[in-house]
Amino acid sequence: MYKIVRKKEIGNKVHNLEIYAPEIAKNAKAGQFVIFRIDEKGERVPLTVAGTNPQEGLVRIIFQEAGKSTTHLASLCEGDFIRDFVGPLGHPTVIKHYGIVVAVAGGVGAAELLPVIKELKTAGNKVITIVGARCKDLIILEDELKQESDALLFATNDGTCGVKGFVTDILKEVMDTQEINIVYAIGPVPMMKAVAELTKEKHIETVVSLNPIMLDGTGMCGACRVTVNGKTKFACVNGPEFDAHSVHWDELSSRLNSFKDLEKISFDNFTVRRECKCRKK
Amino acid sequence: MSQKVNMPERAPQIRRKDFKQVNTGYSKEEMLAEAKRCLQCKNPMCVKGCPVEINIPGFIKYLVEDNPSEAMKVLKQKTNLPAVCGRVCPQENQCEKSCILSKKGEAVSIGNLERYAADATSNIEDNIAIKKNGMKVAVVGSGPAGLTCGGDLLKLGYDVTVYESLHDSGGVLRYGIPEFRLPKKVLDIEIEKLKKLGMKIVLNTLIGRTKTIQNLFDEEFKAIFVAVGAGLPVFPKIPGENLNHIYCSNEFLVRVNLMRAFDFPHYDTPVYSGKNVIVVGGGNTAMDSARTAVRLGANSVKLIYRRSEEEMPARREERRHAKEEGVEFITLTNPVNFLGDEKKAVKAVECVKMLLGEPDESGRRRPYEMEGSNYTIDADMVILALGLHPNPILPSLTKGLNINSHGHIVIDVNYMTSISGIFAGGDIVGGDTVISAMGMGKKAAKAIDTYLKK
Repeated sequence: MYKIVRKKEIGNKVHNLEIYAPEIAKNAKAGQFVIFRIDEKGERVPLTVAGTNPQEGLVRIIFQEAGKSTTHLASLCEGDFIRDFVGPLGHPTVIKHYGIVVAVAGGVGAAELLPVIKELKTAGNKVITIVGARCKDLIILEDELKQESDALLFATNDGTCGVKGFVTDILKEVMDTQEINIVYAIGPVPMMKAVAELTKEKHIETVVSLNPIMLDGTGMCGACRVTVNGKTKFACVNGPEFDAHSVHWDELSSRLNSFKDLEKISFDNFTVRRECKCRKK
Repeated sequence: MSQKVNMPERAPQIRRKDFKQVNTGYSKEEMLAEAKRCLQCKNPMCVKGCPVEINIPGFIKYLVEDNPSEAMKVLKQKTNLPAVCGRVCPQENQCEKSCILSKKGEAVSIGNLERYAADATSNIEDNIAIKKNGMKVAVVGSGPAGLTCGGDLLKLGYDVTVYESLHDSGGVLRYGIPEFRLPKKVLDIEIEKLKKLGMKIVLNTLIGRTKTIQNLFDEEFKAIFVAVGAGLPVFPKIPGENLNHIYCSNEFLVRVNLMRAFDFPHYDTPVYSGKNVIVVGGGNTAMDSARTAVRLGANSVKLIYRRSEEEMPARREERRHAKEEGVEFITLTNPVNFLGDEKKAVKAVECVKMLLGEPDESGRRRPYEMEGSNYTIDADMVILALGLHPNPILPSLTKGLNINSHGHIVIDVNYMTSISGIFAGGDIVGGDTVISAMGMGKKAAKAIDTYLKK
């Protein structure tokens, strides 16, 4: 059993949990992920690690309520336990001195980007961070991102924060004015795909962190297979990071939709009150 | 010679609708009648056919006297998982194949008798006196090899900790073999008995990532047995293999067995329930997948295999059960292309007919394509049961641990790897069945004991 030591809602339906798991806290590196399972009947859900606190043995995860499991997790309180928590899984991000790094995140991808840019900054890179969200309310971790970035730029669909438009609009501008050494992107598939298409034209090396459907997360089931450079790869053991220009994006999109109808049934069946228990206390 | 007492089975038209056990087990009378068939050979060939060298006439003798608990003591000298072995071992190729009765008629049903002894004593605790030696040994992986090795070391007095990356123990016995062949309750009882003997099982721990082999040595483990299994599915590398509703058997079986997707949405993990299912492969996993698809409500399940039925590695009994439950076998056929619909879900499989040529290195006749014989079969779900590569995580993260060109960990005659104090067995060194993994676990335990007593 793994204890939820701290919990905070940091955006609209976006939650920050710190879970007591000292071994993961000690060994997790930027770019790696964990899998959680709430209870006996729960599913295994992968989440990229948003940070660690090895002194206190805490692993930080940030997620948005989307389906059944994330909504259920959001309804738990500080002091509650989840049944399973395994990690760190996958290869860590390759951290080295590249020069100028543009880090792009969409939505809660910002949380997963945070440990990566932190490491990249420490390695002496100039980090330009671009964060996209639907609206201002969904922008998270602004202060922390600012602290780890040399420049922090926002794009929102409705223009309530930063540029009105998409992260690619900003990326285009940055590409026109700077000599970029590498682009790192994490977020929804359409966003990562758009970034990849943009940087491919200019031959800028681009790394993406993929989050396909997973079960065991250790290579066993093949659910997370993605086509990279025409070859079948497993995101859990070969990834989760891949060369953005080699990923078969349309296949990834359609595979992510495999269980859409069933996921909806699961969500609709979920009877725990959507309202978080903590607020009632 | 008296006639063999067949194991009672539930009728196919009933059992194909649920996940309850197919073979219901001997009654006492049936057990006695079958046990009495054993000739109690002075030089029993059956024992030589058993990978873990169970004293077969010894335990059967007690069964003849209707004394299952004494029979169990004999079994437990050699196996830690008799209820499992009695159900899933391919006895027809091992002990029963060597039974003297099989020369003239039908062999003693050793597996069924073993199962009876285990089931009849499931609520009796193992009363084994263990003299602890205080030395710590770690086992990586809680499948058949790990549990066997760990169990034997426990009985030899070692302090045994088993690490498992999943959220439940048992390895392939848990996630791979379906409920209708091996009820999880039966597995739980056997694992619980090992825990009562002192085995510590630590779940959610991926050795290599959560902690390293070096961490284990730092924690004063004197030897480590690596039994991480085969954990990387083989895909056929043909067009369309990543279309939706194409699963590898591991994913399909993990969803249904470990995650209990058959009880969705009561359990959260979903699985697609295809109506026209094609399973590719001819091993036990292919049979398990096909029979599971039947139980999830498929109208038609077709099993495609590139050789003929004679060459299928699946047990005869599993093949018979599958056919009885309505699985259609299409042999000498291989998929060459998966065709999808506008939603990127599989809608048909293009196949080619195969011919058999000269025997290959496995001794089986090598299949080759019959030119121009392509045709398509409609399907809304495909399950690929084409085998597994060894799991690369632990070897790739452990410096100095040598692997061969197939990715198997290299071991010497004493099951020791290239690193002193690290032993390995089971599918990660090239094993292929539950019982061969158990046999290796057993021998490795002996080797570890010898190594640590030096």
